[in-house]
Amino acid sequence: MGSAGMFFQHLMNGLTLGGIYALIALGYTMVYGILKFINFAHGDILMVGAYIGLFVFDLLRGSSPLGPWWIAAFFIAMLVSMVCCAFLGMLIERVAYKPLRKGSRLAPLLSAIGVSFILSNGAAWLFGTHSRKLEYPFDNSPISIGSVVITPHQIMVLVVAVVMMVLLKLFVGKSKMGKAMRATSLDGETAKLMGINSDMIISLTFGIGSALAACGGMLIALDYKVYATMGTMIGLKAFVAAVVGGIGNITGAMLGGFLLGLLETFGVAVFGIPQGFKDTIAFAVLIIILLVKPEGLLGKVEKEKV
Amino acid sequence: MASVSKKTLLKIDGIDVSYGSINALKNVSMSVDEGSIVALIGANGAGKSTLLKAIVGQEPLVSGSIEYDGEVLYSVSGSSNGFGGGGRCHGVPTYDVVKKGIALVPEGRRVFADLTVEENLDMGAFMLKDEALVKRKKEEMFDFFPILGERRRQKSRSLSGGEQQMLAVARALMVSPRLLLLDEPGLGLAPLIVHEIFSKLRHINREDKVTVFVVEQNARLALKSSDDGYVMENGSIVLHDKASALLENEKVRAAYLGE
Repeated sequence: MGSAGMFFQHLMNGLTLGGIYALIALGYTMVYGILKFINFAHGDILMVGAYIGLFVFDLLRGSSPLGPWWIAAFFIAMLVSMVCCAFLGMLIERVAYKPLRKGSRLAPLLSAIGVSFILSNGAAWLFGTHSRKLEYPFDNSPISIGSVVITPHQIMVLVVAVVMMVLLKLFVGKSKMGKAMRATSLDGETAKLMGINSDMIISLTFGIGSALAACGGMLIALDYKVYATMGTMIGLKAFVAAVVGGIGNITGAMLGGFLLGLLETFGVAVFGIPQGFKDTIAFAVLIIILLVKPEGLLGKVEKEKV
Repeated sequence: MASVSKKTLLKIDGIDVSYGSINALKNVSMSVDEGSIVALIGANGAGKSTLLKAIVGQEPLVSGSIEYDGEVLYSVSGSSNGFGGGGRCHGVPTYDVVKKGIALVPEGRRVFADLTVEENLDMGAFMLKDEALVKRKKEEMFDFFPILGERRRQKSRSLSGGEQQMLAVARALMVSPRLLLLDEPGLGLAPLIVHEIFSKLRHINREDKVTVFVVEQNARLALKSSDDGYVMENGSIVLHDKASALLENEKVRAAYLGE
């Protein structure tokens, strides 16, 4: 394989992984933008999303043979999972975060860590500690395009991730509710004066972020299986991606996600280190980025409001 | 003095507001007649902004009540012990105040910096459901403040202070409020711009019958533009008269008009 071929191969692998990180990072960054709060249970919502997707997909495809129905079933399962997780996210916010909003800023943070444990332990208790396989809804044998080998799964991940991000950008940029979300994130007090109910906007934000996490959870589960703690490491990495991109900034989260995915893939390829240490290279680069630009790539320096 | 019997639009009755142990407002009573312009003047930290915040529900009352158009917006229930404590403030949440026809132009303009001029106006019209009406109101605003029309697609952070103030006023006018509250619209702006803003306020009041209640440090301009005036010191109203009478008042002239 030529070096150009190798480059594109790593690029594809990195973009696929990065697309998933980006989907998950969006939830962290949107919630932070509105509430200045890190939802540490976000990674576990992704896990719940993967479980729901797995169960619905298995139920729908039943014993039918691999075919077009499987693809339809997979996307129906994804939709169900996204809707369920949207409601789960809103419920968690209402029950575990909202009552603590007026107190110390650490209280909701601790509550989020608690919710994270409840979700992952709850899943282990209900579904067992073994990992389950989410079947590919298609034949995932690699396709060769020139010297680049690409799997149908990678194509699906990229297409779904890009479609979700474009939809989100359109929603936030053009719709009335999206504008109200940005207004609330910029200045919640003043947004209220316009008649914008910030509780409703906060719910909406949690709903959208959790739905995107469910989507990302299902996409990653195809390659990495479904288990109760699957969201921990991915969630942490997506959080880092959001911070590196500039937390609170939606485009930044997308950028940070793709960057982290690419760093992981190219880190292994360029430095020739064992696969198991790929995080070391990726995180070292991210630390350097933050040392140079502490507010993140697209973040703004926070000004204290009087 | 006030011989013409006009309808009272806003009635504030003996309100107290406190920040912790500090009493920001002490037994404040005042009223704003429908169709008038009323100015509230006073030094920095006198409690003027707090009063406006209380009207839109951003600060809870410790005692007293606020009525708008004959409807109680906030009142303190429970055992008020007469020493500014004990009760609990009930009332309309801030995001519902605008639906009553009250719009506030907050201190420091507070335009949504990363939103364009037009998007800021869209936010001002958030409670309106009729898209055609929103469009019409925006064009009205662009006619009234031509500079905003020229800059409609610009992020509002790129506007000058005066332009941002006009945007803040236009944003508040999107819902065609009956009562427009303004918190220091002249703060930090060049005198020429401040005059322009006050002339716009008089125009809105005269042509669109919007009642205006303005808090302002530029006492002379505020009183010259107003029908009624109140003077606040240390959280209490110390003077109330026709604005023209206050301009002649010895005490006001010495303390607020620099004469």
